[in-house]
Amino acid sequence: MTRIGLIRSAVIVTMIAALELACRTGLIDHRIVIAPSEMASALVTLLASGSINADIERTLGIIAVVIALSVVLGFAVGVVIHALPHLREALDPFFATYYAVPIFIFYPVLIAIFGLSPMPIVLIGVATAIVAMIIATLNGLDRVPRVLVKVARVHRLGRVSTALRLQLPATAPYLFTGIKLSVSYAFIAVIAAEFILSPAGLGRDISDAYTDFENRRMYALILFLLIVATAVNAGLHALDMRFAERRSGGGP
Amino acid sequence: MTATRRALDTLAILLAILAIWEVLHRVAGETALPAPAETLSYLIRTVPTARFAENAAATAAAFGLALILAYGIGLAIGIWMGAHRLSGAVGEPILVSLYSLPKITLYPVVLLIFGLGLSAKVAFGAMHGILPVALLTMGAIRAIPPVYLRAARTLHLSPWQTITTVLLPAALPEVFTGLRIGFTVTLLGVLLGEMFASKAGLGYMIMNAMSLAQSKEMVAVAIVLFGFAALANALLLWIEHRLHQRV
Repeated sequence: MTRIGLIRSAVIVTMIAALELACRTGLIDHRIVIAPSEMASALVTLLASGSINADIERTLGIIAVVIALSVVLGFAVGVVIHALPHLREALDPFFATYYAVPIFIFYPVLIAIFGLSPMPIVLIGVATAIVAMIIATLNGLDRVPRVLVKVARVHRLGRVSTALRLQLPATAPYLFTGIKLSVSYAFIAVIAAEFILSPAGLGRDISDAYTDFENRRMYALILFLLIVATAVNAGLHALDMRFAERRSGGGP
Repeated sequence: MTATRRALDTLAILLAILAIWEVLHRVAGETALPAPAETLSYLIRTVPTARFAENAAATAAAFGLALILAYGIGLAIGIWMGAHRLSGAVGEPILVSLYSLPKITLYPVVLLIFGLGLSAKVAFGAMHGILPVALLTMGAIRAIPPVYLRAARTLHLSPWQTITTVLLPAALPEVFTGLRIGFTVTLLGVLLGEMFASKAGLGYMIMNAMSLAQSKEMVAVAIVLFGFAALANALLLWIEHRLHQRV
């Protein structure tokens, strides 16, 4: 395991070093890609200057709102749909198709309706992220062992306490998968929306830097977003691992 | 019997969507969101025009090339990492973290490398598609029961025969799932590319319609794309279902 980790680090370091070398020797034109060390130093200068603090706050704030709305509403909608088998049967083909159609192309329509405010970005983000949470909730509820439901009935648990004390813990792994997907969809949709058309935000900054040929600024911003997204994904993955360990470690 | 009931349910939901659309239209007003009936008649009039055909052809060309690249590279990486355990163990977490990155941030880099035009759209679409194809192919090949390979050895099959008669048929259903998801995300990648910086294609048409405040055209093009993606997905799902049943 550690040997594989070592090889993986070596592979990544080698690739970065190769890029660095290719940029330094002029094999790759600095007008196209700048050296990784330059990207990092540009990012440090940019962060120290504080000039992007407002955009960081705005973009990460919108992403947080999108995640919160998608997870909470998605879970609630999932529970309701699961309780209505007829509605669910009718909706199943739509769920199967939802991520196959490019929902994102509705973003310009939302701008036309709501104007250039954070509202269309939040809506396109929730529209992209919420369905993953609904599907994960339905999947989880489907797999609650029937014996648990019987136990709840034997103990005469009410509907709400069955949901909270039994269904929620039993579906937790599926819900967590839904949360992970929602987080990743939220990042993609919000940044794509800002990138294509938005009055402010990190996506807009990147797009501006691109049009102004400010490569150092552009690469610094891209690096920043990639670091944040990777850190969030890695954090969720670590949490997932810990939950899985606890479940298999003879927990309740 | 159940099939007709299901079709009726689906129809009911489509009607509900149209009703919600009509209500939104009344609330938001004509310029923001046109009425469903008008938009649909606009759609029927627009699709046969040369302007629409040109843009659709531009998108189709970029999408086709991107799909070929995504499938070719994705399958090659997937087969390699599935068959070679060490490469798979080293590479899988790298592929997974690349998969969950918001790749749109890298579009300016793609534009700097390839310039404005067809090749940037193709590269950006392929970037989206390669990863799911590679990851699912790798998983499919790893999941082949070792007894199949032992049987192949007992029968003295050559490596090529092993691939074509044992490995591929056994992994096909899962691989096909990867190809289906790859189809979807490659299309999204190409459209995103067209929306940001392009002078042709359906993604460009939508952005252009937005800047000219032609909401009917915007929604009509979106519906055409939805219809295409939904039909293609239904067909691919049907094939996938058949493959799973066969195994």
